[in-house]
Parts: sequence; structure tokens; C-alpha cells
Amino acid sequence: MSLPALPWERRPVYLVDGLRTPFLKAGGAPGPFRAADLAVAAGRALLLRQPFEASALDAVVLGCVSSGPDEANIGRVAALRMGCSEKTPAMTVQRNCASGLQAVETGALEILCGRAQLVLAGGTEAMSHHPVMLGEKMVAWLAQWNRARTTGERLRRLSKLRPAHLAPIVALLRGLTDPVTGLSMGQTAEELAERFGIRREAMDRFALRSHRRLLRARDEGFLREESVPLYDGRGRLHLEDTGLRPDTSLEALATLHPVFDRPVGKVTAGNSAQITDGACLLLLASEEAVEKHDLPVLGRILDSQWAGLSPRLMGLGPVHAMAPILERRQLDSDDIDAWEINEAFAAQVLACLAAWRDETFCRDELGLEGPFSPIDEERLNVDGGAIALGHPVGASGARILLHLLRVLRRTGGRLGMASLCIGGGQGGAMLVENTSAGGGA
Amino acid sequence: MKSGWRLETDPRNIGWLHFDLPGRGANVLTAEVLEALEEMLLEAAQQRPKGLVILSDKASGFIAGADVKAFAGLRDPAEAEALIRRAHQIFQRLEALSFPTVALIHGYCLGGGLELALACRYRAAATEPDTRIGFPEIRLGIFPGFGGTLRSVRRMGHLRALELMLSARNLDARRARRVGLVDLAVPRRQLRNAAIDLIENPPVAADPPLRQRLAGWRPVRPAVAALLKRKVSRKVRPEHYPAPFRLIDHWRRNAGSRSAMYRGEAETVARLLTGEPAQNLIRVFLLQDRLKSGDAAAVPRVRRIHVVGGGVMGGDIAAWCALRGLPVTLQDRTPEDLGRAVQRAHALFRKRIGDPYLRQKASDRFIPDPEGAGAAKADVAIEAIYENEQAKRALYADLEPRMKSDALLATNTSGIPLELLSRDLAHPERFVGLHFFNPVAKMPLVEVVHDETTPPATVERAAAFARQIGKLPLPVRSRPGFLVNRVLMPYLLEAVTLLEEGVDAGLIDEAALAFGMPMGPIELADTVGLDIALAVAQELAAPFGLEVPEILQRKVERKRLGKKSGEGFYSWKEGRPVKKPAGADPQRLSRLADHLVLRLVNEAVACLREGVVEEPELVDAGVIFGTGFAPFLGGPLHWAVHQGVDDLLSRLHELEARHGDRFRADPGWQRLKSAKTIPEEP
Repeated sequence: MSLPALPWERRPVYLVDGLRTPFLKAGGAPGPFRAADLAVAAGRALLLRQPFEASALDAVVLGCVSSGPDEANIGRVAALRMGCSEKTPAMTVQRNCASGLQAVETGALEILCGRAQLVLAGGTEAMSHHPVMLGEKMVAWLAQWNRARTTGERLRRLSKLRPAHLAPIVALLRGLTDPVTGLSMGQTAEELAERFGIRREAMDRFALRSHRRLLRARDEGFLREESVPLYDGRGRLHLEDTGLRPDTSLEALATLHPVFDRPVGKVTAGNSAQITDGACLLLLASEEAVEKHDLPVLGRILDSQWAGLSPRLMGLGPVHAMAPILERRQLDSDDIDAWEINEAFAAQVLACLAAWRDETFCRDELGLEGPFSPIDEERLNVDGGAIALGHPVGASGARILLHLLRVLRRTGGRLGMASLCIGGGQGGAMLVENTSAGGGA
Repeated sequence: MKSGWRLETDPRNIGWLHFDLPGRGANVLTAEVLEALEEMLLEAAQQRPKGLVILSDKASGFIAGADVKAFAGLRDPAEAEALIRRAHQIFQRLEALSFPTVALIHGYCLGGGLELALACRYRAAATEPDTRIGFPEIRLGIFPGFGGTLRSVRRMGHLRALELMLSARNLDARRARRVGLVDLAVPRRQLRNAAIDLIENPPVAADPPLRQRLAGWRPVRPAVAALLKRKVSRKVRPEHYPAPFRLIDHWRRNAGSRSAMYRGEAETVARLLTGEPAQNLIRVFLLQDRLKSGDAAAVPRVRRIHVVGGGVMGGDIAAWCALRGLPVTLQDRTPEDLGRAVQRAHALFRKRIGDPYLRQKASDRFIPDPEGAGAAKADVAIEAIYENEQAKRALYADLEPRMKSDALLATNTSGIPLELLSRDLAHPERFVGLHFFNPVAKMPLVEVVHDETTPPATVERAAAFARQIGKLPLPVRSRPGFLVNRVLMPYLLEAVTLLEEGVDAGLIDEAALAFGMPMGPIELADTVGLDIALAVAQELAAPFGLEVPEILQRKVERKRLGKKSGEGFYSWKEGRPVKKPAGADPQRLSRLADHLVLRLVNEAVACLREGVVEEPELVDAGVIFGTGFAPFLGGPLHWAVHQGVDDLLSRLHELEARHGDRFRADPGWQRLKSAKTIPEEP
């Protein structure tokens, strides 16, 4: 059973323009930019090149899974800092790994229902800044310590402090653990690998392809045109995505140890998405706004879908979200000119591809009469994905959507599908059309 | 209502004495205002209020100080002393009121304004960042004279009060509270409540800490005074700036007694105020005021700036604009070219902005823009690329079509004539020069360069923009070197010529310092960079027949460029030149100073004659704010007239006879002579 479709035909919602920051691999210590800094850098550059003033925006929506302590409702923080009008309302949305896509959809709904003409939407995440917290035992101990008045009492309290109290809680790791099943995201990928018989070598091969494709895209200059240079406070320039390993090989990937199901699992750091800082913003517009400001248009949203499934199998989310769209549009895989399926794990994308063409799965799990034709891998993640580029969870949804539009524009394709799996057992998908390719949906 | 004072009594029986001087943006204390204050105090006392609050209705602040205009031309010490004694009486009357009095401080509370506040029993100040509390008097060549030396010492303690008066530093409300200068520091929205609280629950005044009181103990004072004088001597010379030294003497002699403090203030400040340095410094202050003032309403405020060229000048101009609240985009050819500009900008923000939120705002306003997208949204585009006519014209060809139709296009060129640059513009009527000086954050002057074809409205818009970012605009005609480089260059080249003739560099610099320059010319050349000095010299050599000394070219050829390369005319160690101690024979020094200064003044005379700058007053302002020319001398032309034109001319003729053409007197001297004097202040 799926949710009823949104009436996207009622009013066109255009994707006008977009920019992202370089994606910076997290290296343990907090990176040079906080989540709001990243969103501001991308947003102010994006607004700068528009023919209208920032005050023309009707809403700002940002996706972010975990913002810093000084960034409550980071959508509003970033909007004000990038020079949006105080009168433009702003919000933050959270749907884990698809927060960026959720932000775009939420912004698009504002236009669809006629409440907004121009919306700035996207996502940001500084995973290197995700907090390290005190445990509850430690917090309780501190509360008692603060109540202690005499030296004797303090000494007594001090004697009750155990090393275990000091063990920090790394929010990032907790965030990547399913709070209902207790499985880490990597373990859900292991689950899929076993279920669909995906071998380690296939995963590593997929990972290698992601790096190779990203490398080619970088060398062709495809990444520069969608990203804005970053400068930190010391004036250092951050121009390139830092996750890319141009020299990686199957042999190198094969040496990595499994990290989630030790020692016999198959999912390694090398065939999983990277922990990364980054932001991506898109500009959405109604038909009136496009005409009024004479905006160039990248494409329009044709459809979107959210789906739920077992948290243990969250990696199959894209299949559950994409299928209803194709069904109601009476499309098959070959009608889609470009696909972006977020690479949370190689195993997970490969499982999606397998499930997509699996008759039993499509019949039993999706209630279809037959399977889809296989997805042409030459149209899937043509410039690589999160395994090579990184997956700043709040930003990835917006990033794959923007990149999908760029790919369609480049290849002259018409229809594109962007989809992500979502921790907690969900999937999200959006179908877009390259409006310059001619013909209607 | 008298002279802006208005008394209201509220139902609590608290008197609220509002001050709002008509016709002025900021409250100042004039003799009339003080007389009216006394009447208001008498009236208030008759109503037997529970307390009296003194507050300002001006947005700009409480009281910016005494009316400096009234000091200009005050030459009779007896008259000045009478004024000061009268102020003493009135403030004593305020101090002696039997009910609590509170000064409510927001924005400026400076000089006489602070002295008035100190005569109240309590002070409450707003914690907003625009609150500035301090004694700027020393900058005008005087020191606080309305009981300020007495009362500040009593509130803060001796050392803190002296430090505040000697440094002319401003305090915000929290710092003022910490040193005991104000009793409550609260957000502006709570100021009135703070006043009511101080009146209804008057706190007992606390004495300054023991250390602070000990420093004023009679046997200790001479040693403290000597120490302070030594500290001050490191910055200024008593023969140039006597005020700080007289303040220390006054304190050493009189700190023990109230009446002696009053008497000392009246006598010493009156003498300083009517003396030459203070009168010249007051003149400079008023010149600054003149450059600062323009009809702000006549020109729309600039909302966005685009700067092209991320080198030191372009980057620093952009950073300055962001610091002063303007969103600014900075363009250069590649993203790599902008890194250093970002670094310098962040360093400036860290240095100048304490509040982390405001600092973040400034950083967010500073937008590196390698694509140059900001050009389409800017109200002013400033070109600051390298000095090359073709390159600049090529840039304009790309830039101009992308700009808003009503935006100003400005060049930061230091020498290329405007008519060469504007040749291919579609709209030359909006083209103007905005010549900033290095370092941008420290140099207050901006030359607004125009030629015969530039519409006055364009010049005024450019000047208004400079004022908006807190700079002093000086309109100059597009002649080689404009004003500042033109008068500076003969002075620098003369110094280098002397050096070439064998005079010791340290001695040349000492001659300039002894004259009153902030830095010697040799050190200045090394600091600016000898390559840059040479480039400007060569540019000006042909039009003005300057001879460029060979030694300068040799140094540049050998890459001895001054401070930046570690070796120039001086060797530089840790950012300082290594100088030999100069044996200073005053006569020799004064002869050397003649060489240097007369060439500078002669060139200033030429600039006036050629109409590079319209009026002698503005020539003086430009040379002071652009080169640091001894402010206590009032500017080169003012100094020349004061010295006597005939005397200087004969010294020039003498030098010409001995050293040749470079000392030939400009024909403009005759006009300066016939004008007799620069119009003295009214």
C-alpha cells in the first residue's frame, strides 16, 4: 500500500538553479566549517547570481539531521546569515538521510499549494561537528556534584566517580544506529547482502566504479559547475571534494576489513558512503516567478514518493519509493534517462538493483504483476556517488537532485529519478523532467 | 525649554532632565548650554524631587563633549580660564544637590559630557556596542578641564584615571563599570529602570581599590609621574604635544587637594587651549568634521559593493566595507587568488570586532566571488587591479555591461589619468576615482578623483560612499599623483638624495621626526616598499621634472625592497629597522628638515595653484590625513603662512642657489603671499 500521489500536475514547480559546497571528508576532529557556515556559503553564492533580491524569497527550507548547539532551526539561522530578509520564514526538516530531498519537497509543496512563488531549499550537514555528549550517569553525577555544599560531601561524590562515567557518547555513531532494532546502518547493508547473495567483490567493484566515475567527472569539470569554493577563517581555499581516491584499486579495496559484522562480514569502509561535511541548496520557483524574473530553468518536478519498510531492510527504500511513481506514470526503467540512487552502501544499491528485477520480490513486496526491466547501470550514478564523494546526511538528497538535473542537461535526457534509502526503514524518490529536452511528461 | 534642556517630573517625583540641542546631530556643551543647565538645576532643586536623572534625547548618544568649534580662535588665556571656572561652578552646583542624581548614558559620552556625568552622584550606561565613554581631550592638545581630572581620579583611582585621560581610549559600558566609572551597565531597554533603581535604592559609593589610591599618595606621586612621562615620551615629544606632560605635572602637583585640582585645571588647560599646538589640532579636528559632513539625505545610501582585484588594496577595501556593515563581493581571476584576501579580512574582523555574533556577521557579508556575480547587484563597483591602462580598460569592457544602470564605477588607480581609463566606457559620467591608501584600515583619507567631465553629482555620490564607510573623502582633480602621492614624492626623493649624498639614514629620519612627522621618510620608503616608491616616482618624474636618485633604482634592481624583503635602506629585524643612534645636532637637523619639508610644502603650493584641490584648507586636510603630516602644525600651507611666506621663500632661494632646480619656488607662493593668511577660524 502506498500513500496517495500529490497533484503535481496542478501547478508546475520548477527547479531553477542550485549550488553545493565541496564535500569535505570528515577526519576525526571537527572540520573548518559548521553546518550553518556551509549552507551560508552555498546559499549566498546561489542568491548572488539570481536576478532578484533575496527579499523576494517566500520561504527557506533546510534539511539537517543534527545541527550544532548554536544552530537550532538551522534553516532560519542560515537564511538570516546569507542575507535573506527577516520577513522570509524559514524552517528545518529532518527525515534522516533524505532530509535534503524532504526540504526540496516541502518547499515545492509551498509552491504547489499556491502559498509561495520562490523557495530556497536544500540541506546541510557537518558530520565532523556532530556532538560528543556526556552519558546520563555522568549528567546525574554532575547534578549531585552541583548540589554538594561541603568539602566532605564533595569528597564523597568524587569517590563515586567511575571511569565508565567519562565514556563519551558519540552522537554520530548513535545516529547511524537504528533506534528500534539496534542494528547499525552497516549491519542493515550486511543483511541485504546475505539476502540477495551479493559478494564482496561485487561491492568493491561498485565502489571502485564510483571513484572512477567521480574522477572522470572531476577531470571533465562537471563538479566545478555545481560547486562554490569555500574559504575558511585562515584563508585556506577548499575547492575540491576530498573523498575521492583517484588511485584506489580493487586490490586496495580488498585489503580492508569488514567494520560492522566482524570478522566475517563484507561491508567495509571502502564500499560504504563516507562521513562528510557539505551543503547543497536549490532554488524552486512557480511558473509566475519564472516568468516575472525571466529565470532560466533546470527542470521541473513531476512526482515524488515516500515509502516505509522494515528498518532492518532500510537499504531497499529506493525500490519501495520509486516503484509507485513508475507504476502510476506507466513508465518502465528504460523511460528514465538518468538515475541517482544514493550510495549509502555498495551492497545496498546492488540489492536495490537486484530487487528491482526480481519477479518474486516485485510481486510479493511491491504488489506488482511482474518485475521492472533492469536499470541500465550506464544511466545510474553516472558521475559516481556517496561512496566516492561522501554522504553528508542532511545534504545528500539535495545534492543528488541537483546533480541529476545537471546530468540530464548534459546528456540531453528528459526524465530523471533521484532516490535515497533512509535510516529507520524508509525510502524517498523524486521524478524530474529536463524541461529543455522538449516534450511533456 | 532652554538651549535644549527640558525638565519633566514623573508621578514618583523623580525629575527627568532631557537634553536635546536643537539643530545638531549630537549634543555638545556650549557656554549657553551650561548657563541654561544651571538654571534648570535651580528649578529642579526648588521642586524637591526624590532624585534627578539627566538623559539625552539624541539617537547618537548622551553628550559628545564640549563644543570644539567654540574653542577655535580662542587666543586669550584669561578668557579661556574664565570659561573653565564658570563650568567648574555649574558642575559643583550639580554635584552639591541634596538628592541623588543619575546620568543615563547611551552612545557617545565623551570629554565634557563625561565630566558632566561624573558630577552626578550615579551613572548608568547602556551595554550596546555603540556606547563610548572616555576623554578624547588629549587628542586636541588639552586635557579635561571641567573637573574631570579631579572627579575621574576620585571615581576610578589615580592610575586608571590617568591612563584613561592620557590614552584617550574609549570604554564600553561593561569596561566602564569594571573600572568604577559607571555604577550600572544594563541594556538600553533597562536604562530608565536602572535610573529609578539607583534613586530609590541608592548604593553606597565604594572607594577605588587600595593600589589605585596609594598611587596618589604624596611621597609616591613624583615617581609615578616620572614613570608615566617616560611612557608617554615613547609616543610623542613634549615640544610637539605638551598636553600629556602638562596633565601629569598637574596631577603630581595638585592631586592632594580639591581646590588645587580646580585651580590647576583652569590655569593649565586655559594655557594649553590658547596655545599653538592645541589651536592647530582643533583646526585639524574641524577639518576632519568638514570632510565628514555632507548632505547624507541627498544621496541614497549604498547597499552593496563589488570589488575587483583581490590583492592587498582590493582585498583590504572589501574587508573594510564588510567591517563597516556593507555586503561586499570580491572578484579575482581564480578562486586561489582570493585566499589571502579572506585571511586578511578575517584577521581584521578578529582585531576590530569583539562580539562573536557581530564578527560572524561581518564574515558573512564578505563574499569571495571568483565568478564576479556580485557586479550585477552592486551600487558601487571598485576596480583595484594592477596599474595597467589596457588591463583596466579590458576589465571595464567586461564589467560595465553587467553593472546596474545607476551604479557607480570607481577605480583605485593611484596615477593613471581618468580620461585614459574612461575612453571606451558606455557611461563615462558614472566613472570616478576612489583612491584608498595602504593600510586601508588605518588610513582615513580617500581621494575622490575627478576630471573636467565628471559630473559634480558623481563626485558627491563617491564622497558620500566614502563617508558611509567612515572614510574622509577629498575631491581631487585627475592630475598625476593626485594630491597625496604628489606632495609626498618630492619629500621622499629628497630624503633619498640626501642619503645618496652621504647623510646617514637615521639622521634624515630623525630630522623629520623632530619636525613632527609620524615616521621618517627613509623608513616610510622602506615600509611602503622601494619597488612601489620607485614606480610612483617614475610615473611622476616626467610630468614634474623629478630626478629619481640612482640608489633607489639600484636597490630595486637588487631586490632590496625594504621591510617586505628584510633589506632596503635599512636592515629590518622583526618588523623594525635597525638604526644607528643619530647624534642629533639641532641645527643640522633643522637644516635637513628644511630640505625635506620645503619640497613637500612647495609641491602643496603647486597643487593649490593648479587647482588639484580647491582650497588651501582642503590641501592641508588631504596632506594631514593622507600622509600624517604633523597635525599639531595644522597642515603644510597653514604652517607655511604661520612661518611667514617671505622667510620660507628666502630659504627656498638659498637652497635653489646651492642645490639647483629641485628647490625652485612654485609661482603659487605669490598667491599664497597675497592671500596673506589662510583664513583663521572664526
